[in-house]
Amino acid sequence: MTSTILDRDTVPLSPPSGEDLDRLLLIRHFELTLLRLFGEGRLNGTTHTCLGQEYVPVALRPLLDDDDYVFSNHRGHGHFLARHDEPHGLLAEIMGREGALCAGVGGSQHIYHRRFLSTGVQGESMPVAAGVALSLKRAGDGGLACVHIGDGTWGEGAVYEALNLAALWRLPLLVVVEHNGIAQSTPTTAQMSGTIAARAAAFGAAHHRTDSIDLNLIRLELAEPVRRVREEGRPTVIEFVTRRVGPHSKGDDTRSAEELTRVRAADWYVRYAAAFPEVFAAADEAQRLRMARITDEVAARPPSVWRAAP
Amino acid sequence: MSVRISEGTPNAGTPATGAARTPRMADHLNAALHTLLESDPRVFVLGEDIRDPYGGAFKITKGLSSRFADRVLSTPLSEGTLVGAGAGLALAGEKAIVEIMFSDFVTLAFDQIVNFAAKSTTMYGRPVPVPLIVRCPTGGRRGYGPTHSQSLQKHFVGVPGLSLHELSPFHHAGELLTHLLSLGEPCVLFEDKVLYTERIFRDGVVDDLFRFDLVGGPSGWARVGVPGETRYDCTLIAPGGLTRRALAAMRALLIEDDLLCRLLVPARLYPLDLAPILGDVTGHVCVVEDGTAGGTWGAEVAQALYPRLWSRLTRPIGLVSAADSVIPTAAHLESAVLVGEDTIRLAVREALS
Repeated sequence: MTSTILDRDTVPLSPPSGEDLDRLLLIRHFELTLLRLFGEGRLNGTTHTCLGQEYVPVALRPLLDDDDYVFSNHRGHGHFLARHDEPHGLLAEIMGREGALCAGVGGSQHIYHRRFLSTGVQGESMPVAAGVALSLKRAGDGGLACVHIGDGTWGEGAVYEALNLAALWRLPLLVVVEHNGIAQSTPTTAQMSGTIAARAAAFGAAHHRTDSIDLNLIRLELAEPVRRVREEGRPTVIEFVTRRVGPHSKGDDTRSAEELTRVRAADWYVRYAAAFPEVFAAADEAQRLRMARITDEVAARPPSVWRAAP
Repeated sequence: MSVRISEGTPNAGTPATGAARTPRMADHLNAALHTLLESDPRVFVLGEDIRDPYGGAFKITKGLSSRFADRVLSTPLSEGTLVGAGAGLALAGEKAIVEIMFSDFVTLAFDQIVNFAAKSTTMYGRPVPVPLIVRCPTGGRRGYGPTHSQSLQKHFVGVPGLSLHELSPFHHAGELLTHLLSLGEPCVLFEDKVLYTERIFRDGVVDDLFRFDLVGGPSGWARVGVPGETRYDCTLIAPGGLTRRALAAMRALLIEDDLLCRLLVPARLYPLDLAPILGDVTGHVCVVEDGTAGGTWGAEVAQALYPRLWSRLTRPIGLVSAADSVIPTAAHLESAVLVGEDTIRLAVREALS
């Protein structure tokens, strides 16, 4: 039930669609904007950017239906923006401005919009997603619940309980693991014994591992596993071998310069830019400008109002 | 004292001679769940060992899975996940009742209850309905020892978006469950394990001495007193699980100590709605609970009562709880730390002496 593909860091990338490239770059510039705003003291609290991992939710985009649920975590801006092209609402949420998705109450890591929901406690959404998947299964319309977790999340017992339940009850649960090799500051090697594949196998859940960053290739690989989740109620763990290019939060990266150089060289942004320089540069500039406009517009809004405050 | 006691009165809580026997709480609650599942196709019941033929550790769910096989599901031993799955069902538009086999194990679901289900009702900036009841068989006096006998109500007091309730022999369980699911927020429902074996009260009759009525709606208060009396020496406030012990203490206080008490039992423990009973609180006030001493529910009740009753109080509100101790298994050790009818009687007598 486990399949693995070879490292494709050196394999030529297939051309991305304009829409895909725009979405990837929107998320990149959204995250860079947040770090800049924090640096300028214009954001409250904290944030966790998905720099380097933007391609994961973008690759999944066409594989998910409108009626599917997506559960996200602390590092969820990319998950949201891949699902909903509403950067204004998300930025307003993070900045506490009018038009915020959740009135500014949830902030960066607590978003509920249509069928997208994020929470800030590791592993907490897995049991909830199992419950949603039970309802979807009963409805019989082929919907699934997709949960984004990280390699560090496997330290939480809730993950195992929920995976057991989902496999036992044959629930349409898609677990997307962004295995970026580091949990906050702790390398995976210092916080995980064994493998994610073996964990999935132990519960009789399917597992598929990919280290590709090629959107088209990933979709080809995942179309069948996702179809089986949907149609056969077959819980599946998709393991993306990925890299966190940025810090865990803000300026808290303790990795060595050598390691960061290696991580950055494998960044999808660098590789797509090198593979398709002209189309990439144009799209990059367009999304940078779009994000700059969005930022100016949202920053000028009045503070959000929590009308439903208890 | 105007009440005259005849010889040979029945024990506390035993219906007067001639009254029809009422169902035991376990059967009453079971019937309520049957009715709920029958009337609402969106209701799910999840828990450990709840399916037939076992029907739950306390048989509260017996017969349910035979009738509603796809909505009554036995789960693995995963309290956090069965509560989380219930919250997920609720988010997806269903209604979920989940059973924690022994309320002690609800600590394993604390994150799902406090950080997810309760917070989700407000933390997304708009009201998000989470119709979820976490049923918790609670309390000692059955010799199950330190990890199967606790009353953990106080640990859930003051959680935004979460309300706490307790079964009582006065409140109709079906009406209460229906009401809780209509609130759109998670509710923890404590159910005293000994109460399961006892008969419920109906038609305002408790026994030969006491009568009751209900005020404040399905999760409001039961007011127990002596017909015709309005001035009481003492007002006891207690969750439903303490009813029989409180009634026994009230009987003894009346017959042997010539002290007239009334009992007020809220179905909703938190947030506390005192308005319906403020006018009924007379005399010394004593709050009784099964939780351990320290940071108690009773202290919460007292601090809510003080400003409202300040001019009427003649002495500090009394607080009766279990000892600051684990709950031992051996019967003689267990009874030494838990609240019994004597504990209540003694507390009232000492305050009023």
